[in-house]
Parts: sequence; C-alpha cells; structure tokens
Amino acid sequence: MNVLIKNISNSIQPENDSESHSVAGENSSIVRIEAICKSFGGLQALWNISFDVRPYTVQGLIGPNGAGKTTLFNLIAGAYYPDKGRIFFDQIQVQGKRVHDRVKLGIARTFQNVELFESMTVIENVLVGQYVRTRSGFWSTIFRMPWTIKEEQGAREEAKKLLNFVGLEQYAEVRSSDLPFGWQRLLEIARALASKPKILLLDEPAAGLNAVETKQLGELIKKIRDQGVTILIVEHDMSLAMDVSDRIAVLNQGRLIAEGTPREIQSHDAVMAAYLGGGK
Amino acid sequence: MQEALQYVFSGITNGAIYAAIAVGFSLLYNSTELINFAHGEFVMLGALILVTLWNIFKLPLPLAFFITVFTVSGMGLLFERLAIRTVSKPHPIVLVIITVGASIFFRGIGMLLWGKDSYSVPSFSDHAPITIFGASLLPQSLWILVIVGISVCALHFFFKKTLTGKAMQACAINKRAARLSGIHSEKMVLLAFFLSTGMGAVAGIIIAPITMCSYNMGTMLGLKGFCAAMLGGLGSLWGSLIGGFLLGIVEALGVGFFSSSLKDAIAFLLLLLILYMRPGGIMRVKEVKRF
Repeated sequence: MNVLIKNISNSIQPENDSESHSVAGENSSIVRIEAICKSFGGLQALWNISFDVRPYTVQGLIGPNGAGKTTLFNLIAGAYYPDKGRIFFDQIQVQGKRVHDRVKLGIARTFQNVELFESMTVIENVLVGQYVRTRSGFWSTIFRMPWTIKEEQGAREEAKKLLNFVGLEQYAEVRSSDLPFGWQRLLEIARALASKPKILLLDEPAAGLNAVETKQLGELIKKIRDQGVTILIVEHDMSLAMDVSDRIAVLNQGRLIAEGTPREIQSHDAVMAAYLGGGK
Repeated sequence: MQEALQYVFSGITNGAIYAAIAVGFSLLYNSTELINFAHGEFVMLGALILVTLWNIFKLPLPLAFFITVFTVSGMGLLFERLAIRTVSKPHPIVLVIITVGASIFFRGIGMLLWGKDSYSVPSFSDHAPITIFGASLLPQSLWILVIVGISVCALHFFFKKTLTGKAMQACAINKRAARLSGIHSEKMVLLAFFLSTGMGAVAGIIIAPITMCSYNMGTMLGLKGFCAAMLGGLGSLWGSLIGGFLLGIVEALGVGFFSSSLKDAIAFLLLLLILYMRPGGIMRVKEVKRF
C-alpha cells in the first residue's frame, strides 16, 4: 500500500515542481482546455469551452442530458479530436495525440458501461492495465530478456497491491465477468490506476450502483485523490458529485455556464435555470 | 487391427501438421478477425526455404530451421505492413479478398524462385522406423509431434504468463478497452501476423521430409488447416489442436477403409457438417460473424 502511494506520487511530483516555477502560483493546471469546439454533423456539441483542472483535486463535470459532458470527456481521453481549440496536459498539447500515447503521458479512464476483458481473471485485467508502463516489447518478450522476466514478477505484486487498494484482493483469480456489477466498476478503476495515471477520468462511475455502493465509491475517489491522482468525474448523481468534487464545471447545451466550488455552484443562477428551467 | 493402427499413426502425423496450420489461422483470427487465405503459402515458403537452406546451402538443420522461421515471419510482417495496413477502408470482406490475392502472388513468387519442380528432403534423423503392434511409426512423425508440441506449449506460455501475451489477448477480447488501457493495437496486430506466419513456417518445415515440396503445395494445406481451425473453433488454441488431429485421423481412416480418392473430400465434408451443426466449432470461442 505504502509503495503504491509512493509510486503514484513519485510519478507526479517532479513535473509538478517544475511546473509551479514556470506558471504563476495558483494558476497551475494539470489539464487546460482552451476554446474547444466540437460538432457532430449539424449539432454543435461543444462551443468555445475553456477551463482548467487543478492538480490533486477532484473536478466534477455536470450538466443536464445532452449538455456535452461525455463529448468533452472523450476529447480529453482521446476518443474524439476537437474541431478547434487546444487541450494541454501537463503543459503538453494533446488534442491531436492518439489514445495510447495519452495513456503513456498519464491519462487513464473508465467507462460508463464498464468495459473489462471479460474472459480474463480479475488480476489479469489489472496486469493488462500495467502493460503500458512496462518495457516489454516485441523482441524482448520473444527472447525472454532478464528485465522482462523481472518486470513480469514485479507486475504481479503491483497488481495485488492495487486490488487490495480497491478491496478486491480475495477475488484475484475469479473470472472478471463473474463479479457483481459494482465490483466490476472497482476493478475497472484498479485497471486504470495500474497505468500509473496522473489524471483519472471517471465516466459516470455511479451509474448502475446502489446507494451503499455509491457511498463507498465516493470514499474510494477521495482516497485516490489523497494519493496524488487528479480526478475528473462526469456524474449524473448530484449528491455524489457535490460530495466528492473540489470544483465543479457545469455545461449546458454545449456551453460552459459555471465553474467553481460545489457551494458556489449550488447557488449559481444560471445553473438553477439550466436544471429547473425558466430563468431570465 | 494392425492396419487400423497404421492408419491412425499416419492420421496423427498429418493431424499434427493440420493442427500447426490451424493454430496459425486461429492466432490471427483471434486478434484481427481476419481469415488469412494466404496462410497456406507461408507454409509453402517455409518448406521451400528450408529445402534451399538445408539441402542446397548445406546449413546445419537447427540453424536452417530458425532462419526459415524468421524469414517467413518477416515476410508475414511485410505482408501486413504493405498489403493489410495500407487498406483505407478495412472492411473484412475486402481484407479477405486481399489475402486471396496475396496467396496467388506468393504462389507466383514461389514458382519464379523455385520453378515447377518438386523438391524433397531427407528425414530430420535417420533412425529406423519404430514398430508398435505391427504398425510402423516413422521417426519423422515423432519429430513432427515433438515440434508441434513444443510450439504450442510455447504459445500457451506466451499467452498465459507474459504481459505482452496478455495485452494481445486483451486486444482480442475488447479492442476499445484495450486501446484505452494504452495498448498499441496496431503493434499487437503486427505481433499476431508474426506469430501466425511463424507457425505456418514451422508447419512447412516439418512437413517437408514427408511430402513433395513445390510452389503449389500451400493451397491444399492451407484449406485443410482452415477446415481444422473451423472444426475446433476458430480463435481457440486448444480447439485448433483438437480440430487438426480429428481431421487428420478421420481423413486417414477414410482413405484407408474407403478410397484414397476421398482424401480431400473428407475434410470439406467435415467442414460442412460442423458448419451445419455447430458453427462455432467444437471449442466455441466467439460467435462467428457472417458478412
């Protein structure tokens, strides 16, 4: 567990130190979204969105149905490319980069409808998540290079620690599709953490969970943040979003209508109007 | 009895070769959902390159073996890079037709390089045949079984124990999730081509001493291997083995007890039967799609 904490925070600290020198104090951001536009055919899904995600925080992303939350999420994860605008991750422009390159930089995600490698066991799923951080290439695997063998042994230890972290250590050898849905989601989070991300993107993690599971998920999210991983969470469940988020961005009809702390958001006029209708 | 045993021995020998070819089909189908109808030509290239290196350049057999495997799988990589990757709209049917075209192309290359003659090589070792209950087992049959056994165990180890193997499996199970876990799916496809054509080369090498090697030997072997893979369940390693041995033994018994002119018909009869009764094969892995 402690090793895990060290590993995750080690991978973040150095970059962040140099960043805080180059960027003025509190403006530092791990993800910066600059004037992003995206349309699908004639539908303008996102229009001129700009905001920053601060490191070591949980950033919520909420909005009514069709507001463009998932689109924005997918733009950051790399499933789509924006029409206009730039996305910075750790001061690096990533809007044109492909998914696996973004994972290497430290962006990991989960899916709304849990996407596991169903016929593999729980621990194998986590091992696959680690693959991107290993040096095992094409030839070194075929020729069984010593570092490959060592890496594979280390990977198993590491995977066990991650399962322990999300509370699935007893089910390491169970087929992942046999887990109950709520646990599958935990496994998906463990797999995402296995790639040692700096930011973890969670796409509606509470979807399909019951109240107890949602509460436990909230605890887990805070625990992950406390280990130094920034989290961006798209969430429908308002109580979870308000509970775990340090800051919240609100989208409505493809536009950013508010950004601030949960308290500010709750009393924001435009947000009230968007959710309850009416307004000016 | 003695006769039947003799047929079974020859069936097992052929079956091991069909199994090796079927494993190549399965490996590739598993990670790319592509059926490579040029696979038989890689078997042919394996056999002819071995003949050249061993008989004409007089290289020691183990060295010739490895050079052959790596040359053929290198050609498999080139094939993927030049003919498969470059397709702008990789619809499955388009890719399958490309592999059919490639098989004609490789056969042409084979004919240009080696001519229309047949070549033969001696058995890997010159022991006398072993007699078991009056039926004789050729030493080459043992070589074939041992080499196929080792290759399949190595593949099994690769998929079960190595991270790269797991990543490749992950890609086959859920490509989207694999990509978003940071797995470079194109690299995995390349690796699948490498392993698949390498297995093809191994099959070609071990069959060389018990058959006449010529530029057109690959077509029928490829189709038999395909039948075996379908029988066992396309995409399954163990299914390919079962399918291969089943096909080999049924074929040998059919030839022995009925007529040798039935040899090739038996494979396709079995294929039709399995497609009617259990389209996913004996060890069904995933639903076979119809496009």
